[in-house]
Amino acid sequence: MINALHKELLLQWRTRAQAIAVFVFGATSLLLFSFAIGPSAALRQYAGGFLWLGLLLSSTLTLSESFHAEMENRALEGLLLLPVSARVLYYGKALANTIQLVLLGIALVPVMVVLYDAGTTRIPTIVLIILLGSAGISAPGTLYSAMTSQARAKQTLLPLLLFPLIVPVLLASVKATSLAILGDPMGQGRSWIALLTAFNGIYWSLCGLLFDRVVED
Amino acid sequence: MSVDGLAIDASHLARRYGRRWALAGVSFQLARGQVMMVAGRNGSGKTTLLRILSTAIRADGGRALVAGYDLEQREEIRRQTALLAHYSYLYESLSARENLEIAAHFCVAPPPSAADALERVGLASRANDAVATFSAGMRKRLSFARVLLQKPSIAFLDEPFGQLDPEGFALVEQVVGELKRSGATVLIATHQVDRVARYADVHLTLENGRVA
Repeated sequence: MINALHKELLLQWRTRAQAIAVFVFGATSLLLFSFAIGPSAALRQYAGGFLWLGLLLSSTLTLSESFHAEMENRALEGLLLLPVSARVLYYGKALANTIQLVLLGIALVPVMVVLYDAGTTRIPTIVLIILLGSAGISAPGTLYSAMTSQARAKQTLLPLLLFPLIVPVLLASVKATSLAILGDPMGQGRSWIALLTAFNGIYWSLCGLLFDRVVED
Repeated sequence: MSVDGLAIDASHLARRYGRRWALAGVSFQLARGQVMMVAGRNGSGKTTLLRILSTAIRADGGRALVAGYDLEQREEIRRQTALLAHYSYLYESLSARENLEIAAHFCVAPPPSAADALERVGLASRANDAVATFSAGMRKRLSFARVLLQKPSIAFLDEPFGQLDPEGFALVEQVVGELKRSGATVLIATHQVDRVARYADVHLTLENGRVA
């Protein structure tokens, strides 16, 4: 697993210019949302939702590119022909995608604070929600990215398949983030975080089981 | 020939792409340590045969034992085999050394170092260059280094001479010789029939997916 993760991080590092482009895309999305609403108190109220929409839209770019290098010279087939389980390769890639999304989410938080006046002192909680939400997106996202990587319309297919599946993760992430920003007098945030954790457990185990059926002939 | 002494025992192997049968019932046996030349025209089924035996793709019919394992025992077969394919299996953005180190991390037995493998294929001076800067011939040499790294007991070489210069041809023959001396079985699918016939122990010619 460590070797698979190391390989993914090395590949991501070599194509780091793309990560900067994805961040700019995410930040631009947040800016456009603020233009759409206009200067209003509603901006702060919906800041959590906008953050997650920005992260979700950016994630489709990250995820759809994550199998590009694997398909270029059929490198993934080359790895599968070594005595390594497809599951190990999946978890390596899904973990690397999670790390990339977490970094992107953390980088987008200051943009959200500035644009939506959504300052909060509950930074560790926000980071935990970003971690769980990103993991909940990248587990099925990595699987679907593998499925669509050889399709002509992969950029369209991936969000079409992924978005309906991750509605519960998106909902829980938005609710938990909003509670962290706006205040949580009733302690509801913990329930949403528990829900996120449960969905992660389901997605990470199911997708790991299904991956070899997707990539093996 | 006893089953124990066989590297490959294929029986009625078949594979189709859409409605066309690329392999239509190929059977043969190959003893351990032998070199087999698989010849035939374009589209005769050579690549499909090698890809099935190396477990890159599944057969639609027939059975085969590779190194004593059924084709469904993919992980066991992959521990024993290496495939030099039409595709280089290389990451463009990584260097030659990094590509080999990634493969080495997943090998079972401790492989020779990436530096040694690069030296053997004449790429030591380009070890830290990105594969994206390599010519087709250099990529082929690097793919050879990857095969050597795996220390296979059965090597499948699909068009090993493709894109290589005359020095590269000699390299292929040297590598096949080394594999044979180490007791490995080698299957070579090639159009360079005269060249390979000099050292191949067994010849198999395919025509329209069948043994000619």
